[in-house]
Amino acid sequence: MSKQSKEFWRWREYRHTVPEMDWHDAKIVTAGVDIGSVGSKSVIMLDGKLHAYAAIRTGGVSEETAIRVLNWALDETGLQTKNVHCIVGTGYGRVNVPFAKRTITEIACHARGAHYIYGPTVRTVLDIGGQDCKAIRCDEKGKVISFLMNDKCAAGTGRGLEVFADLIRVPIAELGKASLNVEKEPAPVSNTCVIFAKAESVALLRQGWEKEKVAAAYHLAMVNRIIDLLTKVGVEKDFVVTGGVANNIGIISRLEKNLGIKPLEPNVDPILAGAMGAALFAKALYEKQIGLR
Amino acid sequence: MLAHYGYKDGSGDYFIIIDTDKCDGCGKCVEACAYGVMELIEDEFDIEDGSMAAVTEEHRKKIKYSCGPCKPISGERKLPCVLACSPKAISHSW
Amino acid sequence: MITAGVDVGAKYVKVVLLEDGRKVLKRANGIVGFDILKSATEVFEKALLEAGLNHDRISRVTATGMGRKAIHKKHPLNAGEIVPEVIADAKGAYHLLPAVKTIIDVGAEEGRGVKVGEGGKVKDFVINERCAAGAGTFIETMARALEVGVEDMGPLALKATKAIPMNAQCCVFAESEVVTLIHSKVTKEDISKAIHDAMAGRIASMVLRIGVEKEVVLIGGVARNPGFLPPLKKELNTEITIPEHPQYVGAFGASLLAFETEGK
Repeated sequence: MSKQSKEFWRWREYRHTVPEMDWHDAKIVTAGVDIGSVGSKSVIMLDGKLHAYAAIRTGGVSEETAIRVLNWALDETGLQTKNVHCIVGTGYGRVNVPFAKRTITEIACHARGAHYIYGPTVRTVLDIGGQDCKAIRCDEKGKVISFLMNDKCAAGTGRGLEVFADLIRVPIAELGKASLNVEKEPAPVSNTCVIFAKAESVALLRQGWEKEKVAAAYHLAMVNRIIDLLTKVGVEKDFVVTGGVANNIGIISRLEKNLGIKPLEPNVDPILAGAMGAALFAKALYEKQIGLR
Repeated sequence: MLAHYGYKDGSGDYFIIIDTDKCDGCGKCVEACAYGVMELIEDEFDIEDGSMAAVTEEHRKKIKYSCGPCKPISGERKLPCVLACSPKAISHSW
Repeated sequence: MITAGVDVGAKYVKVVLLEDGRKVLKRANGIVGFDILKSATEVFEKALLEAGLNHDRISRVTATGMGRKAIHKKHPLNAGEIVPEVIADAKGAYHLLPAVKTIIDVGAEEGRGVKVGEGGKVKDFVINERCAAGAGTFIETMARALEVGVEDMGPLALKATKAIPMNAQCCVFAESEVVTLIHSKVTKEDISKAIHDAMAGRIASMVLRIGVEKEVVLIGGVARNPGFLPPLKKELNTEITIPEHPQYVGAFGASLLAFETEGK
């Protein structure tokens, strides 16, 4: 592949500060840093309320990525790292978050973050990240009761979608929508292996299938695979989807249809759930430290 | 908490399930496994301290193979990790 | 009497024409296209042409391989019977080496282990399917990531000086790992060895589930890759024989089965 070729898998980095909040008014300032395999996220919380966040692509050195994403989230808030009382690291690269007081697994953080985003009725959290897929069951406090994680293989992960975006040359952010642009849902391609699914997709394209139709077959295969994993831990309402793939409408709408359960709609970007959970754990940790709990 | 370590692929389901509420962190399963599949990890699920048994990162992605020698297709199967666990916190999905 | 065995694999069709259940008259192969029946027919006709035979000289055609159903009782190939790969493998391997007890067959998309009992009967088998990491596709995909020809992979691996572990168990993740290794200046030779070692490890663990007893034979397209045998021997701690034309053993077995059926 030539260096000039467009990178269809690449998504944009972004940050945001919630307006009309001032850290000077807050008793406890915490941060969560989620170093994922593909994306890294940081969340700043004031007394357990979302204040600012940033999401970037994970670089080659996790420590540098952690510093960059935290600093970017702090940007425009007037805060500096030294003003943050407690930082918790999570995600695949969590041991490499330099200033973290403690590390918590992304499984616990996603459950905790989903509990914060969607409320205490959440019982099942499906997190689809760049290189893994996690099915998590939790209680009314956001505590994990059961979980299953698949990080062995790219089928059913964001990486699988990136491979496909490159293949059909459609930007990853538009892929899900494109896959819904079909009259009738086609039969799925192989759902167990991205390499085989890709080969089957190439064959379908050569047979003259529209890109959208092949995308539908690919998305459907991925959804079948995810449902397979999900049913292993069981699905109980309320059901939510977090992680980067939660933004893919082609996956979400098919999950809803084939599972018969509608996922709750988020009021913030669900890619941040892990970092939010980490910031909330950081708050609990700080409270414990100063004798509040 | 039921921790499912492993994966599912085209050939089947391969999970070692650890009931962390039953696991007392004794580490006998770690000693019992000849292939280094089990380890004790720090409890990273909450802010409290403690340790629990888990499947090592390395083996999570290949336990179908790692556990293969203890699971002959024909003949008796004895799983040393399951036998070593007195609180009965470990089970295999396949 | 001339019989034919057609092995419709994931990637190649292999055809063997057999005279009187003893003498191989012709071997031929070709890539599997979209139309499996058409691809298989073309290879079959190529074999006939090269052997100087007419279609009506073939008394019976038996098919095996993952695409076998596509040619079962379908004109013009008209495969009378279809048999699973493990049956054809056992038949062919036993005929070539009567002392065989374990067959390891690694094709483009599947890896298989077969335990052979008396008379070449299948006692037990294990299949690793629908995951590219346990089959020839893995080496092919890695060759692309390394930017070398797939046929150069084995010879490269044999020139390696260091053993480097590979962590990824998935073709897609392994591609990224290979790129990382290239960037960290690991030589292509060492990376190629790591690829073969990883694959041999997976195949060995699969075969260990049925138990490994001598004689052990390695067949299938991957058997032609010289880089695969050394790590497999090491993992299984045994001698392994590779018959001549290892990729045709399934088709050969099918042609023998066709002869036996016809003779009844």
